[in-house]
Parts: sequence; C-alpha cells; structure tokens
Amino acid sequence: MTVPFDNPLRDPADHRLPRIAGPCALVMFGVTGDLARKKLLPAIYDMANRGLLPPGFALVGFARRDWTENEFAASVLESVKQRARTPFRDEVWQQLVQGIRFVRGTFDDGEAFARLADTLAELDRDHGTGGNHAFYLSIPPKDFESVITQLTTHGLTQTSPDTWSRVIIEKPFGHDLASAIELERTVAKGFEPNSVFRIDHYLGKETVQNMLALRFANQLFEPIWNRAYVSHVQITQAEDIGIESRAGYYDGVGAARDVIQNHLLQLLALTAMEEPTSFAADQLRDEKRKVLAALRPVADVRRDTARGQYLGGWAGGELVGGYLQEDGVSPTSGTETYAAIRVEIDNRRWAGVPFYLRTGKRLPRRVTEVALVLRPAPHLPFTHTDVEQLGSNALVMRIQPDEGVTIRFGAKVPATLMEIRDVTMDFAYGSSFAVTSPEAYERLILDVLVGDKPLFPQADEVELSWRLLDPVLDYWAASETPPEGYASGTWGPASANELLARDGFTWRRP
Amino acid sequence: MIQHLRNTNSAKIGQAIADARPNGAASSGMVFTLIVVADSEAHFKAVFEACRAAAKEHPSRILVVRNAEGEKTGVDAEVHMDEESIGEIVVLTFTGELSQHRDSVLLPLLLPDSPVVVWWTGNAPAMVADDPIGKLGTRRITDATSSSHPVRALIERAQHLAPGDTDLTWTRVTPWRALLTAALDQYPAPVVAASVSGAQGNPGALLLHSWLECRLGVAVTRTVSRTGYGITEVMLATTKGDIRITRDDGRVATFTAPGLPARKVALRRRDVTALISEELRFLDEEPVLAATMACLAGKAAVSSEAEGAGA
Repeated sequence: MTVPFDNPLRDPADHRLPRIAGPCALVMFGVTGDLARKKLLPAIYDMANRGLLPPGFALVGFARRDWTENEFAASVLESVKQRARTPFRDEVWQQLVQGIRFVRGTFDDGEAFARLADTLAELDRDHGTGGNHAFYLSIPPKDFESVITQLTTHGLTQTSPDTWSRVIIEKPFGHDLASAIELERTVAKGFEPNSVFRIDHYLGKETVQNMLALRFANQLFEPIWNRAYVSHVQITQAEDIGIESRAGYYDGVGAARDVIQNHLLQLLALTAMEEPTSFAADQLRDEKRKVLAALRPVADVRRDTARGQYLGGWAGGELVGGYLQEDGVSPTSGTETYAAIRVEIDNRRWAGVPFYLRTGKRLPRRVTEVALVLRPAPHLPFTHTDVEQLGSNALVMRIQPDEGVTIRFGAKVPATLMEIRDVTMDFAYGSSFAVTSPEAYERLILDVLVGDKPLFPQADEVELSWRLLDPVLDYWAASETPPEGYASGTWGPASANELLARDGFTWRRP
Repeated sequence: MIQHLRNTNSAKIGQAIADARPNGAASSGMVFTLIVVADSEAHFKAVFEACRAAAKEHPSRILVVRNAEGEKTGVDAEVHMDEESIGEIVVLTFTGELSQHRDSVLLPLLLPDSPVVVWWTGNAPAMVADDPIGKLGTRRITDATSSSHPVRALIERAQHLAPGDTDLTWTRVTPWRALLTAALDQYPAPVVAASVSGAQGNPGALLLHSWLECRLGVAVTRTVSRTGYGITEVMLATTKGDIRITRDDGRVATFTAPGLPARKVALRRRDVTALISEELRFLDEEPVLAATMACLAGKAAVSSEAEGAGA
C-alpha cells in the first residue's frame, strides 16, 4: 500500500477487539524438542482457539526426523491434546491443520532450505500467509550461525515494505559477553535489530506487566520504593528439581549463566528502574538499560558471591543423588547449581541498598519472588519484649507459583498486654482474576507475530548483564576451590548465608 | 455446601455467609458483586451453571434473584459455597409484596467498594438504568438474544442505552468484528458496499449490521438466510475485491479475500457461560457500542417498528 489506509473498523476505544496476528507463517526449528512439544505447539493451538490467529496462518516444522506432513500433523495434534490449556475443538484444529507443513532436513543441508523456501512460497501463494515469516530457533545457539546463513542464502530473510521476517531466540543469549556479542553479530547478519525477539520464558509478559502495574498504577508503594525505606532487596528463583535430563545443556553453563544473567537481572531492572514516560518499547528499554548500566561491578567476587552444588540426600521425602552423580555430568564438574550475588546500584534511588540475587536447583520448593525488605521503624515506643517477634516489614512480589503480592507487617497479638508479631496480607492474582490467565508463551508468540516488542530484552541489556557477570564467572573458573556442596532439599550453601550475614541480614524463607 | 434459609432477611443471609467462612475474611479477594435477575425460570439451570463458571473465573459474590408464586411476603435464600472457589452464590426467591422491593434485600448484601454488575438473563425492563435493581449496578448486562422478542428487545436497548449498559448480543458478535477488522487490516482498501446475512429475527446480525453501517458509512444490505444459525455471512466489497466470511453450521466459517483461496476459520457460537465469563472482563465504558446502538436506534426510528413485529 502506498496510500496510508485507515481501517474504518478499528477504533482505539474498542477494548473488546482482541489483537489478531496478521497473516504469516511460523517456521519452527527444533520442532521435535521438548519445548516445542510441551509448550510452543499447545500455545499455538490455544491462540487459535481464542481466535487470535488469522485464517492465513501456517506452521512449518523443520527437523531431521523422517516425517511426512501427516505424521508431523499427527504429532502436533498429540501434543495439543495432551498439553493445551483450552478445550480441544475439532473446528479449531481444522483451521490449524490446513496450514501445517513439514520440511525435513539438517541445519547445514542447503537443499532442505531450498525446500523450505519453496514451502513458504507455496504458503504465501495458496494459503495467504502474505510473505510474512517468523523463524523460531528452538535449537542450541551453536546452530544459529548455520541456520541464519542458510536462511540468508535462500533469500528467506529478505523483506519488502509490505512483508516482514522475524527471528525468535531463546535464552541463553551467549555464555559470556564475548559470545553474546558474537551471537548478536550472527543474528544481525540476517535480521534487523527490530526483528529479533529474545524470549526469556521464565519471565512472562503477564508478570512484567503485573510488576509495572503494581509499581506505576498505584500511589501506595512509590513513596517507600527507595533507599530511605528499603534496607535491601532479595530476588529469588528456586527450583525444587535437579537438572533432570538436561546435563548436556546445563553442565558447564551453571546457575549464574542459566538464570541470573537473564531472568534475575531483568527482575532487578524492573524492580529498580525509574518510571518510563510511556510503555513504548524504547522508553521501557531505556529505563531498564539505565539501571543495568548503573550496576556497580562486583569488586570482591569471593566476598560478594556464593556458589554451590547440590549433594545427594533426602529432598522433600525422596532420596536423590547429587549433581556429580547425574547422568552426563562429569564427576569432577565445577558447575554451580546454586549462585548468589550481591549487587549495588549506583544511583540516587538505590545507593547503599544491596540487591541479593539467588537461584538454585534442588532447593526446598519452587518459587520465584522479589522481596523489598524495609528498614526498621525509626523509633519503637514499645519495650524490647513487646517486639521480640517483630521482624522487618516486607513487600513481596511473588512471581510463581500463585503470582501475587504479600505485605508483611507487625500486628498486636489479641488479648495480650502488648505483644507484636509479624502477619501477612496476601493478594493472589489467581484468586481475584481469571484462573486461566494466558500461558506466557501465548503472549510471547502473539507479540512476535503482531510485532509488538516492548517487553523483549534487547541486545544492549543482554550485554550489560554479561558485563556484570563476566568477572564473577572468570573468577569462579580460575578458582581452585570447587563450589560448596549443599544438601538437596535445603536453602543452599552456608556461604550464601554469610553473604547476607555480613550486612546484618538473613535470607527470607520464601 | 448449601445452606437453606427460609423466610429470612439480609442480616441473616450476611451472617450465614460469614459463619461459613471460618477465617472471617469474607470478601477478601472478591472483585465484584454480580446480581443475576433470573425471572424466566426456563433458563434457570443454564444460568446457574454460568454463574458457577463465572465465579471460578471472577471470584465474586453472586446474588441470583427470582420471584415465585405465593401469597406470603418474604424471601428464601440458598447460600452455595464450595471449597474450590472463593466466592459464593446466593439464590434469593421472593414472594408476595417483597417481590416489588427486591433491591431492599440486595443493598445490604453488596460487597464494599467493588463494582456491582447486574445481569438480566432473559427479559429485562425497558430502561434498565432506571430499574430499582439496575440502579444498584455500575454495569448492567442484558441479553436481547435470550429474551422473548430478541430483535424488539435489542432495539429497545438501543433506544434507552445509558452509560454502563451493555448487551450479550454485543459479546456474541465480538469474534465476527475481530475477524472483519483484522481482514481489513490485511487487505487495506476502501469498502464500497457490504452485506450481512443471518437467521430470521437474529439480533446479532442486526447489531453487526449497525456496527458496519456506522463505521463504514456505506449502505449495508441485510438479508435473511433460510438455513444456518445466527449470523451466516458477512461480505465487505472493497475496491480490490470482496472479503467474505460465510458460516453455515455455526462452527466453522469460510474466509475468502481478494486473490486468495478459501480458508477455514473456527467461529463457534458460544454458550451463555462463555459469554458471561468474557463479558465480566470488561467493566469499562464502551463508546463503540454506544455509537453502534445510536445508529441502530436512529435507523429503527426511521423504519418504524415493522422489523420488531416481524421477529
């Protein structure tokens, strides 16, 4: 279209109309993988079921497996039936299946990519996908280079003013600063920065928006959201499981790269950033980037970090083996399964407020939360015994499970003379709003297809995160001492407790 | 758990609810009070199921009111609570003179602060915003499609629409509107003519017709189709060709656009449970509905009541 066209049916005041993706084909590399089967394919069905996919939507699977189109469709159907969030309806499946294609090949097989190009051309011509293509790289980063080179060679990354070509990559975004820059360079060969969507599946869009709403839609919290009231911040991501069958991915990567670099530092950025003037992509990104850039480099790695590796033991009533006994893990592996780090933000709002980030596997329970712990009241007009049971006030943004907000404060125990004890006031999104909030992947995929990217981390955020973490990782790599062992089913190694004890704090039990 | 209270009053009902909550935090986490006026007994079971589903998605206090035959003045209550959901459903059956003063029983039972939504499941008063129960609500939901004279009811709604009023017929046409809007995004060309076909007396077709006419500013033809359910076809004639959505079976539609083969698209007619659950997500002003209803009311005034009588 050369003349701009104003759709007369669209009205900004029409909140009811859902955003429907434009016509497009989604090409999935690694479609036989766990993530695709368990999350992505069901999410696509759920989107179709909610009416968010256009009639001209196609799904192209690309994998090595020797499948016919029908076999591929049957496998999609199976994972949809097993995993979809919304009820299975035949008419929705009929809509989807007409656009399902399969291309067999490996990532270095030029002929396979030629077939992919033909398939996409056929879809554009006969299925109305309109020349718009999204490539979901659900594959190890080492294969990015060959896939993107092949896509470029076969003209699949080319766009015209009327069409787009986008790429979706999953964390990890590199394993250190240098590799992140290298990855960025590879991706940039085929795609404009605005066409690159980095997905951190831990951090769903709903969560980010919930945090933004809590912070910026309310008057109640902002006054205390600073160094005058907050003594320190604890950001936790704990998993109760071990590495399961992911040794191949996990060994040599470790907790800090796997979780702190992306997930926890994004949570930190969202917690600590200033209010963006709008939620437009660049505004939000600027604020996050400013906070990440204000992170003070870790000066003394030994003092300001802790790392651990789970040992065998009884965890939650089950006898489990240690990390070094996991299949596929080197018996001398120095990979950490627990990492904690103390960081400070050098700006007016947060100067002197330590942020403690921790993540680990085989901890007592699965939980992700951000806790702002407040300073003690300046004066307590009570006797020491009155307030013995009084802890610090805290505001906790619980991300999972049961996303919600908890506030802890002291209350008088009834029928005592004066006995003050901590109580909690709890809000759960699940109890006040729809129980079936859309799965994170549905939001993320829809955003990609619509081309809405405010909440996807950008290359510069990724690089700033590595800049903080690189010296820590280098120090650990050079260190003679292995990570400190911690029993499975406990809250991590002793050194992590010392990390807080030095500042006079203790970890919350989430 | 169900508690039956015979010949009771608001205070006793409130107490029964509080007693059933061992921790006393009765209204914590609930997002609104929903008053359901279910005077047409025929749908009662479906309505009650819809309430339960709505309560799952939107934890709320749901007050279902209905009248029963009987000389004696009074109200009986059934308090339904289950452990899985936070909210409660109270069915209030009124007899005698109290049937005219139901709002007096409802007012003390509204949750503090949060919005109050009133839903008439079948027939509704002409001016819901002036109705004694309607006045309790900040949001009033009617359902012309489920009333005894759907088209007439819809026109009546259009003529008396007040801020906060909405109709489930509007919820019903959302998927069509979404598909048409997206279609025009994809094939951006001026629309020169349009048409809507639907079953005889289908208010959804009428409302969609008004919306298109109001937004497009072109004459939109309306035809009655002898087969199919609800809305059966919408066509937008653009300068580049026709965009057409046809649905014969009420489930799967066929989508055609200029230069493209026909595609199938799921477009199932939804039951009242799905509709009310969706509707309760929107409690804000609806200027687009207001404009559409104004078009409909204006048109209805011109074409007299012939249409309503024909339904």
